Amino acid sequence: MATTLNKKDLINIFIRSNFLLGSFNFERMQAIGFCVSLLPALRKLYKGEELAASMKRHLEFFNTQPFLATPIMGITAAMEEKKANGVDISEATLSGVKVGLMGPLAGVGDPIFWGTLRPVLAALGAGIALTGSIAGPLIFFLVFNAIRLATNWYGVMYGYEKGTELVSEMDGNKMRFLTEGSSVLGLLVMGALVAKWTTVNMPLVLSEYTNSQGEHVVTTLQTILDSLMPGIVPLLMTFACMYLLKKGVNPLLIILGLFAIGILGYWIGLFA
Amino acid sequence: MTSLQFILLIVVAAIAGMGSVLDECQFHRPLVACTLVGLVLGDVTTGIILGGTLEMLALGWMNVGAAMAPDAALASVISAILVIVGHQSIGAGIALAVPLAAAGQVLTIFVRTITVFFQHLADKFAAKGNGFGIEMCHLGGLLLQALRVAVPAAAVAAVAGTDTVSAMLDSIPEVITRGLQVSGGFIVVVGYAMVINMMNAKSLMPYFFLGFLVAVFTNVNLIGFGAIGLICAYFHIKGLQRDIAAQNAGPAAGGSTGNALDDIDDSDLM
Repeated sequence: MATTLNKKDLINIFIRSNFLLGSFNFERMQAIGFCVSLLPALRKLYKGEELAASMKRHLEFFNTQPFLATPIMGITAAMEEKKANGVDISEATLSGVKVGLMGPLAGVGDPIFWGTLRPVLAALGAGIALTGSIAGPLIFFLVFNAIRLATNWYGVMYGYEKGTELVSEMDGNKMRFLTEGSSVLGLLVMGALVAKWTTVNMPLVLSEYTNSQGEHVVTTLQTILDSLMPGIVPLLMTFACMYLLKKGVNPLLIILGLFAIGILGYWIGLFA
Repeated sequence: MTSLQFILLIVVAAIAGMGSVLDECQFHRPLVACTLVGLVLGDVTTGIILGGTLEMLALGWMNVGAAMAPDAALASVISAILVIVGHQSIGAGIALAVPLAAAGQVLTIFVRTITVFFQHLADKFAAKGNGFGIEMCHLGGLLLQALRVAVPAAAVAAVAGTDTVSAMLDSIPEVITRGLQVSGGFIVVVGYAMVINMMNAKSLMPYFFLGFLVAVFTNVNLIGFGAIGLICAYFHIKGLQRDIAAQNAGPAAGGSTGNALDDIDDSDLM
């Protein structure tokens, strides 16, 4: 049965790709989601026994960064199309391509989307939201989703168009450049956020006197810290958290610990 | 609360629950979920401010690989209901959010385990070539995630305005709520630490310090930092290309490989 996929099928895959993680489970993770995303293509290409076999092979374990699963969907759709039209592509090849791509793509996608894009947009939006302005949530929601939808769309389309060509393009240096480049950007912004988007105020009075001009001079812990290195307290707190997280401490426990420090500090007058 | 508000609230909670597993549209993030709850309950400003506060708290909560983050969906929806309907402070909202996030995490792990059943059901449908059945298994998992937030939210919304609940929340001493608000100023460091650890790139830490120092001593805004970051990334990649070219060239081959690499279109890399 020689059939080809058209734009409508690819749009259908794109729409379904937005629900990839819906049935995430601890056994095969995104497997059902991947199969359901590919179903429009499979239904068109195969009938009967062949259709059942194609469904089965796409219910195999699958897990990657959800937005970057889309090029894998595109490539797989292109390969299934060739297979249905008589090109000799084995099941092992198909699953090899999927497994081979999901690791590297997660490696690129996690620092870009979860490490850089979302925290930066969320911090920007949250900062505006603290003033009570609707612009905060709107900026976060609209910008993030515009980039996400574009990624999903071009992922499916480009993946299908390029097919297996993309596989060879993806290994090697380009992926490394992309990962490290986005990590550079993400870390630089994180450094800025540690300094800018944290508030620590230590009004603990260390000395108080009236100088020769009759001015009342108050030196607090905060004024001393600010004259040495502003932002040093949140910086040290960040390093402490990184250390504890690396030791495997549950982040919620760290948050509770910081709350305890805040309450205790407020109670004894260290923080305000 | 009118019955229309009650129904809309459950819809928002269900969408947030689905968002927490899908992780696509970000309806489960406090910034979005709290705003929507505020919109439904007629106090959008409180919803936005609580959302911004909790977003800082949850900045580093992300699902990477198989690891489960604390659950922002349940925490956002229920603390927003209690703060807005029960007339509580933002500090009380923070106090409620953390245990709720832990409870939500347990619930989502539970649901993701139950969904293994749908996985095996899907195998049976696949053997018969029944695509519709597989689609229903997919939907089943998604609906369970919607329910796990919608049901607790409905239960809380039903009792939120009552005197008993208000009395309970009012009994939280001021030193706790004020102290929590103070902690709210720096609790975000946990999120920063999670993000930095996830990048797992010790050799790139100088860029982190550069960002920190520029932020401390200048007034550059976030857009400016984005631009500086892009320039740094450009030069970092240039350096990497040179290193790789030098490695490939080895002692014998000389500079020809370097030229070939320079031909790579840099615009692809950004």
